[in-house]
Amino acid sequence: MRNNSVTYIMEGRQQRRRRWIIVTSILTALACILCLLMLLLGNTIYPIKDVIRTLTGEQIQGVSFAVNVIRLPRMLAGLFAGFAFGIAGTIFQTLFRNPLANPNVLGITSGSSATAVFCIVILQAGNAVISIASLIAGLITVIVIYGLSGIRGFSIGRLILIGIGVQAMFDALISYLMLVSAEQNLPAALRWLNGSLNGSQMHDLPPLIISVFILVPIIILLTKHLSILELGEQSAISLGVNTDITRMMLILSSVIMIALATSTTGPIAFITFLAGPIAKRLVGAGFSTIIPAGLVGANIVLASDLIGQFAFDVRFPVGVITGIIGAPYLIYLLIRMNQRGEL
Amino acid sequence: MNRFSGTKLKQVNPHIPKYFVIVLIVSFILLVVCVIVSLVFGSKMVGFDEVIDGLFHPNTTSYDANIVRNRIPRTIFSLLCGVALGVSGALMQSVTRNPLADPSILGVNTGASLFVVIGIAFFNISSANQYIWLALVGAAFTTVIVFGIGSLGRNGATPIKLVLAGTATSAALSSFVTAILIPRSHTMEQFRFWQVGSVGSGSWDSITTFAPFLVTGVLIAILTAPALNAMALGDEAATGLGVRTGILRFASSLGAVLLCGAATALAGPIGFIGLLSTHVMRLVLGPDLRFVIPMSAISGAIILTLSDVAGRLIGSPGELEVGVVTAFIGAPLLITLAIRSKVSSL
Repeated sequence: MRNNSVTYIMEGRQQRRRRWIIVTSILTALACILCLLMLLLGNTIYPIKDVIRTLTGEQIQGVSFAVNVIRLPRMLAGLFAGFAFGIAGTIFQTLFRNPLANPNVLGITSGSSATAVFCIVILQAGNAVISIASLIAGLITVIVIYGLSGIRGFSIGRLILIGIGVQAMFDALISYLMLVSAEQNLPAALRWLNGSLNGSQMHDLPPLIISVFILVPIIILLTKHLSILELGEQSAISLGVNTDITRMMLILSSVIMIALATSTTGPIAFITFLAGPIAKRLVGAGFSTIIPAGLVGANIVLASDLIGQFAFDVRFPVGVITGIIGAPYLIYLLIRMNQRGEL
Repeated sequence: MNRFSGTKLKQVNPHIPKYFVIVLIVSFILLVVCVIVSLVFGSKMVGFDEVIDGLFHPNTTSYDANIVRNRIPRTIFSLLCGVALGVSGALMQSVTRNPLADPSILGVNTGASLFVVIGIAFFNISSANQYIWLALVGAAFTTVIVFGIGSLGRNGATPIKLVLAGTATSAALSSFVTAILIPRSHTMEQFRFWQVGSVGSGSWDSITTFAPFLVTGVLIAILTAPALNAMALGDEAATGLGVRTGILRFASSLGAVLLCGAATALAGPIGFIGLLSTHVMRLVLGPDLRFVIPMSAISGAIILTLSDVAGRLIGSPGELEVGVVTAFIGAPLLITLAIRSKVSSL
């Protein structure tokens, strides 16, 4: 009897591992295809052969500029920002055990954006200062809303409401800053407000890419603790997880990734919110959804950008497309949560 | 009034609130102050003499007196919008028995915006008379959806459920607004003018367009106040006291939508006035809506007009939209309410 149940559990685990591997491979393959499409498609469609030759360094009249200067940075920005948003979002959702608790709803993105706009418009600071300041602002926002929601006993509802309030204030601040801004600073400031891959440039990308490569392994190491945290604070402590440090490290790494991703592409609507639940549904319970969520995020961003560029007569920035896809899903999720009485 | 309430209702709370007279006097003084301030301040300051000239001596043609005359419709318009938004907030809060209900938080403003945008983009609509009907339909549509989503499941419409439903719906609708606007630069211009116009676009025309809606809405509010008081005790108690809750809910929601939809149509989306004015008044006057509703109207007018003046001063030489100012004052109140409310009531 005992042996039976052990093998049963082991089999189930193996099955889930297999499912995880399959899902992850499919998502990776899909991301590769979308990346390739991002390089191939445009005003002129170049043959794969030429694209690959330019990527390996050959100079081909016309193709080199279009691919290396316009399409490659756009593709990389979408890929890495989508990945970062997806992972950061799923971390928040897991930490607060609520799919609605994502950096957008909690006002963290607005905090970063408001600070960045302040640095651009008032201080006229350089890129490095802007990134660091927005990162610090994101962290301070987390600390403040978390602190405020703990004053009379923490509850996730309280946290979300306070986040919405904080967000409204930051949005008002941004409107004011845009009003007093000098004309020539507006384009740089607008970048922080609308999610778009337009005008991504190669030299903007390294901070984001490096941070993804450094932080994602750290996050995966902490993932074991994360799945224990999902069981709830009490169980986590009794299983020997130092909840405070784990939670802090995870929030720190996600806020860094969000700030850097936002500084390259702007806040792309709903990715932080969509990626986690979709990945969870694909992978099923029990295995880490970190990497799948990142891949889902990247896939959504790349696919939405392709749709935005080519599906209509007009080019829509990626944020509009993800908004139109994401918002109905958000409403659907709310309806389901309400019906089950989870709120 | 008697259709909604039996005579028993009047015994529920027969007392005039303790500070009512003081609040009334203070409010009227403030009202006068903010009218004067609104006439004096702006990108060009005018002296008090000119204000008197502009108001009472129609023959004076000095530059400053003309400025004052131009500011008169704007001031009246902002007072009326404040009344509308204040009353609409008070109605929404009592219909939903939810302290956080406000047209902007529930996404009703965005709904009105979306319908106006659709009107501009697809039906070539360009006059205030037409905006107002579209905005009303949009506001009503969004109210139904948000309340529908928010009241699903156990416990009905709790504050957190309603606010989330409002935020989500608002996010969804604003994506559509952006998607409609991006390819149409002409519509974008017109819409921005409408959205940024705030109370600065107030003219005698917009006041006359606004007036019927305002009067109807406020009348509904005053007539339903006693019955809403009874409903605050719970639906069963209210039914026991002879209130027909279904009709009452419909009537007061209709009033709320008329008021905030019309205000949004003419002034663009302005948030948090309902939340601010109603809470301030409930804090000093207690829960009796027969007093809270009229006083919310007056305090709404004061808050909106002062915010408008503040926006003119902060944004000088241009001006900051009044909606930005009210969000900046209103959001901290939302945060405070979220902190103070009991976990079980969220």
